Amino acid sequence: MDFKDTPEQAQFREKCRSWLEANAELKVGQGRTVEGNLDEYLQKAKAWQKKKYDAGWAMLHWPEEYGGIGASPIERIIWSQEESKFDVPGGVFEIGLGMCGPVMMEYATAEQKKRYLPPMAEGKEIWCQLFSEPSAGSDVAGLRSKAVQDGDEWIINGQKVWTSGAHYSDFGILVVRHDPELEKHKGLTFFFVDMKSPGIEVKPIKQITGSAGSGSGFNEVYFNDVRIPDSQRLGEIGDGWKVAITTLMNERLAVGDARGSDIEDALTWAKEQDFNGEPLIKHGGVREKLADWFIEANGLKYTKFRTISALSRGGTPGPEASITKIVSANKLQSIGNFGIDSADMAGMLRQDSGGDLHAFQMAWLGAPGLRIAGGTDEILRNIIAERVLGLPQDPRADKGLPFKDIPQGSAN
Amino acid sequence: MNLDFSDDQKFLQEEANKFFTKEDTLKRTRAIMESDEPYDKELWSKVIELGWTAIRIPEEYGGLGLSHLELCVIAEEIGKSLAPIPFSSSVYMYTEALIESGNEALKNSLLPSLADGSAVGTFAAAESLAPVSSENIQTVVTNNAVSGTKIAVPDVEAATHVMVLCKNGNNVELRSVALDASGVSVTLQANIDPSKSFYQIDFNDVESELISEDGWSRWEHLLDQAAVLVAFEQVGGAQASLDMAKAYAMERYAFGRAIGSYQAIKHKLADMYISLTLAKSNCYYGAWALSSGSSELGLAAATARVAATKAFQLCSKENIQTHGGNGFTWEYDCHLFYKRSKVLSLNLGSEAAWKEKLVTNLDKSNSIGSNQ
Repeated sequence: MDFKDTPEQAQFREKCRSWLEANAELKVGQGRTVEGNLDEYLQKAKAWQKKKYDAGWAMLHWPEEYGGIGASPIERIIWSQEESKFDVPGGVFEIGLGMCGPVMMEYATAEQKKRYLPPMAEGKEIWCQLFSEPSAGSDVAGLRSKAVQDGDEWIINGQKVWTSGAHYSDFGILVVRHDPELEKHKGLTFFFVDMKSPGIEVKPIKQITGSAGSGSGFNEVYFNDVRIPDSQRLGEIGDGWKVAITTLMNERLAVGDARGSDIEDALTWAKEQDFNGEPLIKHGGVREKLADWFIEANGLKYTKFRTISALSRGGTPGPEASITKIVSANKLQSIGNFGIDSADMAGMLRQDSGGDLHAFQMAWLGAPGLRIAGGTDEILRNIIAERVLGLPQDPRADKGLPFKDIPQGSAN
Repeated sequence: MNLDFSDDQKFLQEEANKFFTKEDTLKRTRAIMESDEPYDKELWSKVIELGWTAIRIPEEYGGLGLSHLELCVIAEEIGKSLAPIPFSSSVYMYTEALIESGNEALKNSLLPSLADGSAVGTFAAAESLAPVSSENIQTVVTNNAVSGTKIAVPDVEAATHVMVLCKNGNNVELRSVALDASGVSVTLQANIDPSKSFYQIDFNDVESELISEDGWSRWEHLLDQAAVLVAFEQVGGAQASLDMAKAYAMERYAFGRAIGSYQAIKHKLADMYISLTLAKSNCYYGAWALSSGSSELGLAAATARVAATKAFQLCSKENIQTHGGNGFTWEYDCHLFYKRSKVLSLNLGSEAAWKEKLVTNLDKSNSIGSNQ
């Protein structure tokens, strides 16, 4: 039992490290390239992705013809561990490379793969995922956007929502309903779409943080008579759900730790903050909380290490990583709340960015979104119960009904 | 990265699992609970035959010379099966104290017997309702003779020797006392888990041998080591409780369907799984710190213990809840785990005390954890 690399892994890590050292700056503290101006940030992100692509680091596990080197899962992890120590822009390519890429790899034609995958890996073209709708969140198969076939084309009408990065994306993957007479899951078909197509309108969502459209912000995407060639259909007509599941499986792997204030920040703050003339950390109630958060943070860290250990030996990891998001998002919310509360009345006042209190406020404001995105706490508990523990599914009121006859609430 | 047990250690765990299953250990635990017998003598002698009491004892003292990791996997299986044997007090505490003792005569005379089961150890620390500290110990040693009263001492009827935390002047010492020595009197104390036995021991000028002069820091180190091992027992117990709850949720129907198909039950079981997974990963961290002699052991032990205490308490109480009225009966096994979870959360000091240790460790260190 140890945390050491095998000689081959150490060699690979050294290779990653020396390339990174020659091409990027190490992080200072939690330092990260400024995200303020979206265009600037996109430019930096694209330049960094291109640099990686040219040197063969962009998509390690992809086949060589699309810009990868066919790396093993453990080599991917080593690369991302090393890259995360450097101050480099990230985020904007995650959905494309993590979710759209794998679907294209599995369902697109050879020519399409050749056309779309290398620019995706290179960062020249950014992709987004168009699944959720105003009436279809956790029950995403209940989506209503319509696809009507017209010769060699499909005409799409409807609305998508919560589409990260739609405002700067070049392409998107899209699941829509081609037949409301069929059962919910059977009437869906999957496409990829040029986001510059006539009839697509992208509107940033103003979130509870007050921000909209910056970074990988969320959008509403409207489709008004958008035409998609049938050649951009992925999978058979009616196979949309099967194709979507491939993507969602990849999403679950991609959605991990809720980033933001963590136990280290809470601990530093508790040592520095005054409470009745003493450091806050002397307070029994605070010590109790710190212990609880440490158990969660440390438990997640070593859960990840167990997963990596399994991959490192060429094995399949167990289901233990399924707890990551639910634990980390709730911890984030709780730590953010603690930080604000410990500033007493001043905690009400919005702070300038850069300080600890600001970070706690951002954690507290952002955490509710993280408890929902990529599977709500409740859906994740269902997944653990059904897929990990093997409990039976809930009986479903929509089973066997044509989609058009499924009951809808006034909030759908 | 290799945060996992070796194939040999996993094989040992499977063997232990098969053994406790074959021995129908839960049934044995229930029998002990319902009788005046303090522990299962037959099961204990089989465990000795398997060599598990000798795991950590060096070969020159007649042991197997294996690592703490072998003990971790056995501990998890003991936790699952609730085996009513004096394993933890003898193996995690007394034997470990001797292995690291500087008293060569004591090691030579006792380690071979601890390995072959002819000697069994336990430990005596608590004296009152207040947590034991280097300040409040009342038991004293003068000219090697121990006097004082200890309470909540486990497994005394199985034991031949007891390690006593006592004061020599202002200094805390760890001493070994033979339980058949004159001046020892033992009284059974009723406790909340009748599958375990605890005793009061009155020492009246009893002959003793020194285990360590550096008693308090030795004691804290022993507690840290044992906390990791007991945490594996707790994780085993939590796993068994979750497995019971899951099996019942599949078999029990209400309103025309399995109760496990209701989200109220699913989410409860998912929370049990989350708590168990966090505890298990923290235990692996503890196992690494324990087996590598890391300076992080204090932090790792407290983290593993608190996480495992929370997991076993949650899983055992929600297992009863999942079973409904049946869970509250003597007949169903749920209460065996509920009671054991409470004893294991106290036997090395309370959850609150270990949380305090955890945060004290965090407070004094400038960086958290060193790995990767």
